[in-house]
Amino acid sequence: MSTKPKDGTDIAAGLLFMAIAAFFAWQGLGLEMGTSIRMGPGYFPMVLSAILFLLGAVILFKAFGRPDDEPIGRFAWRGILFILPAPIFFGLTVRGLGFVPALFFTTLIASQASVRMRPLPALILAIAVTIMSTLIFSYGLGLPFRRFGPWLPL
Amino acid sequence: MDLLSNLALGFGVASSLANLAFCLIGVLLGTLIGVLPGIGATATIAMLLPITFQLEPVSSLIMLAGIYYGAQYGGSTTAILINMPGESSSAVTAIDGYQMARNGRAGTALATAALGSFFAGSVATFLVAIFAPPLTTIALKFGAAEYFSLMVMGLMMSVALAHGSVLKALAMVVLGLLLGMVGTDVYTGAPRFTMGMNQFADGLNFVAVAVGVFGIAEILRNLEDEHDRQVMTKNITRLFPNRDEFRQMIGPVLRGTGVGSVLGILPGGGAILAAFASYTVEKKLSKNPEEFGKGALAGVAGPESANNAGAQTSFIPLLTLGIPANPVMALMIGAMIIQGIVPGPNVVTEQPALFWGIIASMWIGNLMLVVLNLPLIGLWVKLLTVPYYVLFPIIMAMCSIGVYSVNSNPYDLFAVAFFGLLGYVLSKLRCEPAPLLLGFVLGPLLEENLRRAMILSRGDPTTFVTRPISATLLLLSLAILVLVFLPQIRKRRDEVFTESDA
Repeated sequence: MSTKPKDGTDIAAGLLFMAIAAFFAWQGLGLEMGTSIRMGPGYFPMVLSAILFLLGAVILFKAFGRPDDEPIGRFAWRGILFILPAPIFFGLTVRGLGFVPALFFTTLIASQASVRMRPLPALILAIAVTIMSTLIFSYGLGLPFRRFGPWLPL
Repeated sequence: MDLLSNLALGFGVASSLANLAFCLIGVLLGTLIGVLPGIGATATIAMLLPITFQLEPVSSLIMLAGIYYGAQYGGSTTAILINMPGESSSAVTAIDGYQMARNGRAGTALATAALGSFFAGSVATFLVAIFAPPLTTIALKFGAAEYFSLMVMGLMMSVALAHGSVLKALAMVVLGLLLGMVGTDVYTGAPRFTMGMNQFADGLNFVAVAVGVFGIAEILRNLEDEHDRQVMTKNITRLFPNRDEFRQMIGPVLRGTGVGSVLGILPGGGAILAAFASYTVEKKLSKNPEEFGKGALAGVAGPESANNAGAQTSFIPLLTLGIPANPVMALMIGAMIIQGIVPGPNVVTEQPALFWGIIASMWIGNLMLVVLNLPLIGLWVKLLTVPYYVLFPIIMAMCSIGVYSVNSNPYDLFAVAFFGLLGYVLSKLRCEPAPLLLGFVLGPLLEENLRRAMILSRGDPTTFVTRPISATLLLLSLAILVLVFLPQIRKRRDEVFTESDA
């Protein structure tokens, strides 16, 4: 551990911005740059990547020699673990399973993100949300979703 | 008179039974979700955006506008009752409003907020009606260079008004611009940054980015620390202010309306600035400034009027120039584009019914808010007692349905998860999402106008500084940037934002 003060949050932010800039620059390498009169598709993104990289570097540079006034704090690991998969699951299954079962499981997965949610209330909540949404979106607004998909032996 | 016939046209459109109904639904939904703590107006609109796409363009925009001020209204209710502002513009309201609630004057604070907002909203709507048309005639003279410079100025304003580090806000703008580049290049048709996936050929779905960066990231932040909320429900007894309180309100409301109307026009988030400015003004003018922070009526009346006036006048740059003044307006632009309307000065001449209909509906929406919400406050208060762990699974379900319903594209849902994570990580690194979203919306427009301007000037970059309007706008952007980097201003700005966090 060094004793020199440094702002860990800003170091991470600077590095993240630089990494994203490098990624965009790398992806943009194959694009035609064009001239400044007729800019190609690669021109503006390349300029932006360069600016972002510079900004990231300055943020990183300025982070040293200054204490971290507000540490990053706790991460919502449980939230990340259950909230983020919910829309992904919905996207993967809404066509196959159909709207009704996909939504039911999506809600059930999302509800697990809180430590306070007990299994039975979660089940009740998921059923209630599914019924309400099916009535509102599928029957009420008439959105063109298949309620039960081809994966189900119905 | 032109104005009157235009307004008549607008009210004709807005008061059709269907549009009244959509306005009502919008206002109610907006308040409903705005009341829920931790979800601000931007996140609310992002999540409710998809359900309006099935409607006619006018109805859809009327409903969205309704959601917008409904959410703002709901946000101040939450700020007053549980000291937890959903939106930074109601952060100021929380300072004195919550203290009023603790002193047993919750009802008065809520009514003051509602009446002040209504007055400010009515005045500002009228201002939009007066000033929007002449501004569009100026805007029609704008060429590519002017548009480019104007957008640069808008982005700089959003940087100046973001919390915390200016450098990080700048980086967020650039990141947003880069994300806006994803998709097919308009000039050559070359796919960019799609990683070979056809699903991203049309660009990243705007709704997915907005829901992810604002909605999901906010849910994750709230899940970090689950604690019980203190709701000030028991002591809502008297709702209407008495005569003495009315007298105290008039000054702050009038001044707040003035400050808010002017600052709201500025691109970059005027409503927040307006609320802060009004609070400072009231504190300076007050005979007993020590009351502020301990439940001063003027500390609720002024900022609430100011942020509502600002919220209304921020429609001016949107309707006249097609430039969003804040993230919510960025969402409105997204909605307009999806509806096949190109935002900008042509809207007023080509679609007068739409233009004036929206303006008229703003006033109707504000009226509905006052009439409905004062009696409904009891219901909103009950809503505050619903625990968060019941709410967020419902929100997640709505987000999933909403995002999928835009294009029926599963990849949009993957994008939601990705941008939710990105938004959460960035917010942990203390980077504000608003500049990113603004950059994302303006990115393609900015690039197109830059390229067009360069073609028109035959590759001469001085075109941006030799054209007077463009030069002025660029100078203003530079001035804004220099100002926020100046030490004194920087200190002052930090103070203002710390006050809001307290």
